[in-house]
Amino acid sequence: MASQEAIRASEPAKASLLYDPKVRSLVFQAVLIFLLILGGWWIVDNTIENLRRSNITTGWAFLRGRAGFDISDRLIDYSSDSTFFRALVVGVLNTLKVAIAGIVLATIVGFMVGIGRLSNNWLIRKICTVYVEVFRNIPPLLVILFWYQGVLAVLPQVRESIALPFTSFLNVRGFYLPAVVWNGSGLMVLGGLAIGVLLSWYVARRAYARQMATGHSFPVLWVSLALIVGMPLLAYLLSGMPATVDYPQKGNFNLTGGFNIKPEFLSLFLALSFYTASFIAEIVRAGILGVPKGQTEAYSALGLRPGTGLRLVVVPQALRIIIPPLTSQYLNLTKNSTLGVAIGYPELYSVGGTTLNQTGQAIEVVVIFMVVYLSISLVTSGFMNWFNNKMALKER
Amino acid sequence: MQEHDLSWVRTEMALAQAAPRSEVGPLAWARKSLFATPVDSALTIIAALALAWALPQMLNWAFFNAVWSGADRTACLTTEQGGFLPAGWTGACWPFIDARLGYFTFGRYPVDERWRVILCGAIFLALLVPLLTPRAPFKRLNAILFFAVFPFIAFFLLLGGYFGLPYVETPLWGGLMVTLVISYVGIVTSLPLGILLALGRRSKMPIVKLLSVIFIETVRGVPLVAVLFMASFMLPLFVPPGMTFDKLLRALIGVALFSSAYMAEVIRGGLQAIPKGQYEGADSLGLGYWQKMGLIVMPQALKLVIPGIVNTFIGLFKDTTLVLIISLFDLLGTVKQSISGDPTWATPQTAKTGYVFAAAVFWIFCFSMSRYSIYMERRLDTGHRK
Repeated sequence: MASQEAIRASEPAKASLLYDPKVRSLVFQAVLIFLLILGGWWIVDNTIENLRRSNITTGWAFLRGRAGFDISDRLIDYSSDSTFFRALVVGVLNTLKVAIAGIVLATIVGFMVGIGRLSNNWLIRKICTVYVEVFRNIPPLLVILFWYQGVLAVLPQVRESIALPFTSFLNVRGFYLPAVVWNGSGLMVLGGLAIGVLLSWYVARRAYARQMATGHSFPVLWVSLALIVGMPLLAYLLSGMPATVDYPQKGNFNLTGGFNIKPEFLSLFLALSFYTASFIAEIVRAGILGVPKGQTEAYSALGLRPGTGLRLVVVPQALRIIIPPLTSQYLNLTKNSTLGVAIGYPELYSVGGTTLNQTGQAIEVVVIFMVVYLSISLVTSGFMNWFNNKMALKER
Repeated sequence: MQEHDLSWVRTEMALAQAAPRSEVGPLAWARKSLFATPVDSALTIIAALALAWALPQMLNWAFFNAVWSGADRTACLTTEQGGFLPAGWTGACWPFIDARLGYFTFGRYPVDERWRVILCGAIFLALLVPLLTPRAPFKRLNAILFFAVFPFIAFFLLLGGYFGLPYVETPLWGGLMVTLVISYVGIVTSLPLGILLALGRRSKMPIVKLLSVIFIETVRGVPLVAVLFMASFMLPLFVPPGMTFDKLLRALIGVALFSSAYMAEVIRGGLQAIPKGQYEGADSLGLGYWQKMGLIVMPQALKLVIPGIVNTFIGLFKDTTLVLIISLFDLLGTVKQSISGDPTWATPQTAKTGYVFAAAVFWIFCFSMSRYSIYMERRLDTGHRK
């Protein structure tokens, strides 16, 4: 007892403030904030000074000004007389267009290649491995330029267009497809499709409830397929076949009519999807390999067929591993769509760059970039998180 | 024990027999791995047909039909385009690469001064190879030389202006040299910055944590092109008038900031995987924060995430191509520029040839990095995992 008291007595009443972790962290953070404010103030001050010198007024008024440049590839009406705001909207829509199309193709190719790498078939396995190793290790910008300047730019001129099946044509100005033109009552068909989708959702729900209650299964797939195809078809026939097909016509100098996919879009779309697909393939492979072998043995022991077992046992568990990295690949693809600027595809970044060159509103344009890309990222990851939660292990 | 005398029990071993014909040999292999099921057979046949269609075309283009020598574009033109080759010919135009190889490697760096770049590259290799060879001695000295001393050597050697070396301004730099400079600077700065950011994100100090999170998530949310764009348009706005930044320096700042955010996330993954007991063990030994992190936590965490770190490096190496968007000429930039801006070699095959060459160079770099990381991962695997 005495020795303990001696120790207690020999202890200093309080450690020096210099060594108190709480004090230290407070001081450190205070210094950090001070430096940050100082740096921020320095930057803002310089920026104001620089802007004043180059006679640029900050603010959003420039968005209402006449853009004055043309955009060849657009989803909504736009001419050089439109405002900068409309030009930027065209850019955002183009970004979304190539991102969504790219995500769809990359997912399909990626899943096929990823499963192919696990195939028992030697040839398929090797081809898929070579695909992954080649595309993963080449910069996407290079692939974009290769498609644009190496492949699509050396296609024949309009007069010597390559004719493809279904009266579509391929030439240096892109890919010409027959277009379906809807007149007045085309909305009926869309309505039919919506009703079909709603009905099949209802059928699927009822079938699931019935199977849970009685154990009887119901051919949901065929019924919903019939509903989704049949309802629009019925609407189409009832409303008196409101669609005509517009075939591209070969003229002397140009192809008229039809639906034109521009070479810029095609290069960007193909390059981004094939590049991202190689990463998705690796994610899918890792996901499937991550499901323990015992799961496969267990469903065989329960007497499930391989197809059913894969669908009900292996894939749901693999998806749990696959979804989080898949999300970041989708985000990467969306962000990589900015590479379109190298070949003149008018997505947000290239339209924003042109706007900046014409108005000098650097800060506003950068703010627009930040806001748009960050919100696309947030929406995508929000959706994927929701999907991930739906798929995640429900632990009791 | 009673001796068994059972007539139905063998007394001598049976001779080993060859495996059945249906189990070994190329035919059995083909049956198992190519034609196991009808679907498999169909897939094999389709894939083989596709290969038989595509492979000869590629080989013909790259080797058998390719032009290997020539002085200018006429060597790679068909008769109808004004050359000598038969109509309908397609093939690689390799003399184009040969003629522009100096440009692809050094950019517009003055020819008389190129020995400096070569010397710099030689020093780089001389330091890098022993660093990457696990058995080579003096690792610590080697690392200090490579990461701390070499940047200064390279700076004085490449830029010049001191010790009697003529000054070579950065707009003259180009080609593979710029690609390597940007990747080296990106790699060397992003690792320490990434470690700091990752520690900041896991820090107990709320303000440090908040700032790290804001920085990491903002940078990761925007494309590198936009970051480079900011670096090249906004930086000049942020500094006092009259103070100018070199364009290459602006790109370097952009790339370093961008990759450090990604690096931070990779390292954070490693930090999270270290069991709490390690932190507590370090605390109970009385180590301070930096000792704890530097001696106990980081070595284990970094080892865990080597594949992730190398993947970030590979990504960074590929991303250096994006500097061509702010009109710097890296390897891809010089190739692109030679294709569209050099009338001596303007043929329909030039673009394809140039990009295939650039792709091969990038592929070799990235592929060897990924192989090295796999090798290192196996070597460093001390068997703690099952």
